[in-house]
Amino acid sequence: MTRKQLSQSIAFNSFRLVSLVVVSILFVILGFIIIKGIGVINWEFLTSMPKDGMTGGGIYPAIIGTLCLIAGSMIFAFPIGVLSAIYMNEYLKESFLKKLIRTMTNNLAGIPSIVFGLFGMALFVNTLKFGDSIIAGSLTLGLMVLPVIIRTTEEALKSVDDSLRIGSYALGASRLQTIRKVVLPVAFPNILTGLILSIGRVSGETAPILFTVAVYFLPKLPSGIFDQVMALPYHLYVLTTSGTNVVESRPMAYGTAFVLIMLVLILNLLANLIRRIAGKKTKMN
Amino acid sequence: MSDHKVEVKNLDLYYDDFHALKNINFTAEAKTVSAFIGPSGCGKSSLLRMFNRMNDLIDGTRFTGEVFVDGQDIYAKNIDVDELRKSVGMVFQKPNPFPKTIFENVAYGLRVNGIKDKHFIEKKVTEAIKQAALWDEVKDKLKKSAMELSGGQQQRLCIARALAVEPALILMDEPASALDPISTGKIEDLIFELKNQYSIIIVTHNLQQAGRISDFTAFFYMGELVEWDKTKTIFTNPTDIRTQNYITGRFG
Repeated sequence: MTRKQLSQSIAFNSFRLVSLVVVSILFVILGFIIIKGIGVINWEFLTSMPKDGMTGGGIYPAIIGTLCLIAGSMIFAFPIGVLSAIYMNEYLKESFLKKLIRTMTNNLAGIPSIVFGLFGMALFVNTLKFGDSIIAGSLTLGLMVLPVIIRTTEEALKSVDDSLRIGSYALGASRLQTIRKVVLPVAFPNILTGLILSIGRVSGETAPILFTVAVYFLPKLPSGIFDQVMALPYHLYVLTTSGTNVVESRPMAYGTAFVLIMLVLILNLLANLIRRIAGKKTKMN
Repeated sequence: MSDHKVEVKNLDLYYDDFHALKNINFTAEAKTVSAFIGPSGCGKSSLLRMFNRMNDLIDGTRFTGEVFVDGQDIYAKNIDVDELRKSVGMVFQKPNPFPKTIFENVAYGLRVNGIKDKHFIEKKVTEAIKQAALWDEVKDKLKKSAMELSGGQQQRLCIARALAVEPALILMDEPASALDPISTGKIEDLIFELKNQYSIIIVTHNLQQAGRISDFTAFFYMGELVEWDKTKTIFTNPTDIRTQNYITGRFG
């Protein structure tokens, strides 16, 4: 083996090793949760209220709570995020203002989620008097993922070939028609990626919902957007650190973690499926 | 008013500080093919983009002078740019079909111009695809994605797309430069056919192509329109030494 081939093979084998380590860590975590958690998973666990000081029963209200928060935050953040990205990429020319907005958005994405939680409490819970509620929690979570949605949508729009826009203008289409009929359909699969990423974050974050919506124990379903709910990540935290009997509720905690992971996984797969179908329709050569 | 199809008067064009076109005066008549030739960066594509105001989309563009299409000052304040672009079709260097079906590609121009009548759209789409000499190849797969077509077919689809809105003038920016010789031949035959109905201005790097398909040829060099005349005259008896050098391949 020549020197060159040798250094090449050392390099590639170390890359291979590193990626193998990363992937196996992921599998170990996943396997651990599955093995520990799958034992408690049954129909009752998924569909009944917690009981006996959260050492028995199920996590139904927490599942519903998390689904409510996902839906609420997306209804708020997705349209606003997509529309601002469209404005930024399709209308706003390169300027100081645009750079400023972009820098702010990037900074916003880097703010720790607990800060969003505090802000949400101050603004939505106290100032706007929503109280601890689904709407306060959803808005807080929505604010947190807004930068993610804006950035991924912007990237999606940027990746649409300019020759398509030019071709559309050349046929007498207005800018709005071009965006609606050409740019958005092409960018749609990639915009969905932003949605998937943000759903993942919304369902997993504990800090933003801590002071705005999540409740320790509430064995009933919400009846409106001003109700409090239990949520999976917070429930998990409660079960492991501050339940009535932490040791006895440990299996419930693993079960909750399992459900949370599965929920995110299923939503990702679903979004990927939609992405694949939509992508096929607008495939570029 | 003038009865020329296209008329350019004292046109100077700048991209920021770059003087891209220098005092251009040019006319083109109806139902003729004019070819713009010249080395890269000579301004021929810039002039082409003046005719459907595509330069408007480029930041830092300014110009002085006048451009008329069918006697109408197309940079006048009351001009609706979208209407203008509907009446001046354009075909680009790289085929740029939309990632939609073949049918929807051709129907696009009609739809964005507010036409909803299904039968009318169907009729126009069929006519345009036939005119673009593509019908036999795609008639059974109008609902298939345009992305499945070959490069040459895609370019003819783009021509069909431009024809569907019945433009008064068709601009072609090196329409065959990304295609193989057989596809190029088909595009050239098509241009020859279309001349009976349309006025065409084509930018090309291929001198033989200009010689084969155009009635008039304009030679550009460093932002100047050096000379323009009947194609035959330009190729056999050019007045300017620069044209002669370019035609005979001494530079460019």
